[in-house]
Amino acid sequence: MKEKKFDVAIIGGGVVGAAIARKLSSYDIAAVLLEKECDVSFGVSKANSGIIHGGFHHGPGYLKSRLEVQGNRMFDQLEEELHFPFKRCGIVVAAFSEEEMKTVQQLYRNGEANKIIGLELCNRARILELEPKLNRDVVGGLYAPAGGIIEPYRFVFSLVESAVKNGVKLLTDFEVVSAQRSNDHYEIRSSTGDIIFSKWVINAAGLFADRVSSVFGAEEFRIIPRKGEEFLLGRDSSSRPEHVIFPVPGAVSKGILVIPTVEGTTMIGPTAREQESKDDFSTTEENLNKVFSSARRLIPSLSQREIITSFAGLRPALKGGDFYIGISGQQPGFIQVAGIQSPGLTAVPAIAEYVKDLLKKDGLVLTEKIDYDPSIPDLPRIRYSDNNEIDSLIKENPAFGRIVCRCESVSEAEIVAAVRNGHTTLDGVKFYTRAQMGKCQGGFCTDRIVKIISRETGMDIGSITKRGRGTYLARNRIGDFEVKDEYSRV
Amino acid sequence: MNTAEFDTLVIGGGASGMAAALSAAEEGWKVVIVEREEFLGGILHQCIHNGFGLHYFKEELTGPEYAERFSDMVESSKITVYLNMTIMDIMKEGDGLTVYGLSMDPGMVRFKVRAVVFANGCRERNRGNIGIPGTRPSGVFTAGLAQRLVNLEGFVPGKECVIVGSGDIGLIMARRMSWIGANVKAVVEIQPNPAGLTRNIVQCLNDFDIPLYLSHVVGKIKGKERVEGVEVIPLENGIQQPEKMFSLECDTLLLAVGLVPDNELARKIGVELNQETGGPVVDSRLMTAIEGVFACGNLLHVHDLVDFVTEESSRCGKFVSEFLIGKRPEKQYRTNPGKNVKYIVPNYYEGARENVFYMRTLIVKNNAILSVKVKGTEIYRKKLRHIQPSEMIQFSLKEEDFKLIKDKGVMEVSIE
Repeated sequence: MKEKKFDVAIIGGGVVGAAIARKLSSYDIAAVLLEKECDVSFGVSKANSGIIHGGFHHGPGYLKSRLEVQGNRMFDQLEEELHFPFKRCGIVVAAFSEEEMKTVQQLYRNGEANKIIGLELCNRARILELEPKLNRDVVGGLYAPAGGIIEPYRFVFSLVESAVKNGVKLLTDFEVVSAQRSNDHYEIRSSTGDIIFSKWVINAAGLFADRVSSVFGAEEFRIIPRKGEEFLLGRDSSSRPEHVIFPVPGAVSKGILVIPTVEGTTMIGPTAREQESKDDFSTTEENLNKVFSSARRLIPSLSQREIITSFAGLRPALKGGDFYIGISGQQPGFIQVAGIQSPGLTAVPAIAEYVKDLLKKDGLVLTEKIDYDPSIPDLPRIRYSDNNEIDSLIKENPAFGRIVCRCESVSEAEIVAAVRNGHTTLDGVKFYTRAQMGKCQGGFCTDRIVKIISRETGMDIGSITKRGRGTYLARNRIGDFEVKDEYSRV
Repeated sequence: MNTAEFDTLVIGGGASGMAAALSAAEEGWKVVIVEREEFLGGILHQCIHNGFGLHYFKEELTGPEYAERFSDMVESSKITVYLNMTIMDIMKEGDGLTVYGLSMDPGMVRFKVRAVVFANGCRERNRGNIGIPGTRPSGVFTAGLAQRLVNLEGFVPGKECVIVGSGDIGLIMARRMSWIGANVKAVVEIQPNPAGLTRNIVQCLNDFDIPLYLSHVVGKIKGKERVEGVEVIPLENGIQQPEKMFSLECDTLLLAVGLVPDNELARKIGVELNQETGGPVVDSRLMTAIEGVFACGNLLHVHDLVDFVTEESSRCGKFVSEFLIGKRPEKQYRTNPGKNVKYIVPNYYEGARENVFYMRTLIVKNNAILSVKVKGTEIYRKKLRHIQPSEMIQFSLKEEDFKLIKDKGVMEVSIE
């Protein structure tokens, strides 16, 4: 590693760290983004509902609420610069009793106080007009047209690509295990013995922010993992709504939602259950049934038969439920960005601004970079292109003519782009391209993708993994194992 | 953009597509096969075991041998073949059809054709479809993907293996994994009866001392990075008995949990789908409700033997030929699955010719009776020695069978 000395080290390559890195990349400073996994977005950010919230769940008394409202407004420009899938499809909250309508009215007042534009209280006819697939028992609800959906991992990949393009150093497989302060900087050591130096440190370590804080001897707090299980229906579901559908929220969470994902599938979830473990992402049949019965209360035609996959994510929750963003009172040059759970994804562009201001306040001199380029190239994708566009794409690069993932129409050129952008695991390629995300879930294309990764990187196929460490696919070749003698006679 | 004109375009160059194309080309039509892989033969290439061709060729072949017999015939015919080409779009235009195919060379091709045959087969059901709870480690493969990794790429997916599903694919993979030195710990089957052929139970499990757990399910997958094991739960009278759960350690889980027609493209052009088969609804001549669009093979309904795929698809090619010369059936009537019948294909019959039917039953029974009634009058009856859901039933009705009825109408097929 040549560049070992940095002004700012950001710990955590999730959406929070990525957004901060990108923000800082517009200034003349040396910044490094440290990620413990083999790719960015492989923690909290990969299993996220992908909702750009509408700014009505909490009033302006919360930091998270203020940042949510501010962040929401920043997405149009971000999309223009970074080309991640994003759509302001709007959010509908459906109420099924007069009691629930009272809560909806409170949500409306929250939104008003947050100065949300376009918020609308709806009677039964209006809500059914907006969303005809809703349960006919609906009595009314709330409509937030500024709400939307994005693909969270694509957002993170784009942010990081932009940050790296503008000079931020990305170090993956860098798990911070110790840190020492000497003079005006920290010496930060990874689990594999690599060392970097940095004057400022930003703790954006998600689920592990408490551990990182303690490694640096800063504030003690505890991140409580709160699991959310999600279930995904195929592209062609006839139950797919037009808007994100929320129930009236309960005390702990926003409830089970029905989400028309930006890429055409339908997602149902998430559950909300606190647990001790930070690496238990298991799903249960019990929760599948619970999620479906809750979701069917919103849209009765939803069918378990259409499920193509399920997964779970962990929210990095803090006691009290608000974000914890601030300059450490215990360690110099240490900034906490912890407890970023919902609506963290929405708030993240504003969080990055906020953190930049904190750094400034703490004495970091920020001069705008003259050659800062906020845009990254918009990679053509077969599924977004019409037949004539595809024809000219192939003339430029024939690899657009070879479909690798038939379910999601992903071409070899897109897979190669993912690999060349550093996504060299099956999950990395999946999140970047959508290959393996369709109906067959990789049944037809896994072997093809593995071969392309191997060809592009020179890695042996046996060493290619699903998502790094230990998640190998097929390590052995025929002939490696001894075969019982009697079998050869069968 | 390149354009090309043909009388008929066949989507898929596997067993089904080749048979349909050959039979239409025999009648002198200009036929093109579009295949997305780099060779003809489809899934047969990875099925290196034998047992293919007993009905059609009256001899026992391996999958690649069966494929080669047909690809040789295609090569010596006048059929045009595009390999490495994926169909992106299909639409009705004027009185014909326009189909867009995508490949590296010659790029995008617009085909103008009068008829299209969907013969693009089926895909495997996966973990998400059957909703196995637990963690999401690597090492969970559909059986077909594992078969491809082993037979075409030379990889061993893992050392300690559990297989879900006792259909023929699951059984054949149990044997294949044993032959490459893996330890197959169990085959877990949700039904009380094995889903595969008896000869495969004997040759693929018994000969290798692999335990078959009938009436059991995998209730959970364990392992954070790679699969570490599964929890197996017995069923009693169809109900899970969690207190009798036991664990099996393994690093690999193969899923052989059924096949479904790969109907995305058919859906795109607006073909109505049969909820029971997952394939298109077709008339007595295997044509969908969209004129000139035909379907056959595993895309129409999942067959158990490739020989039947060939038979049905060859017939489809002849129907395409009749369509191209302008022959249309006079009047057609619905075929309905009755008592104990899961489905019957095709979904219509006509009275003035021989009709061939494929169907599946819902029950397991010895000495069953197949009965065909039109408006309450039985026109056909057949004794079946043994029936089970995994074994397709075939029968045909001749022109004279319909002469028994004066008043034609909906046909109901039942089994007792």
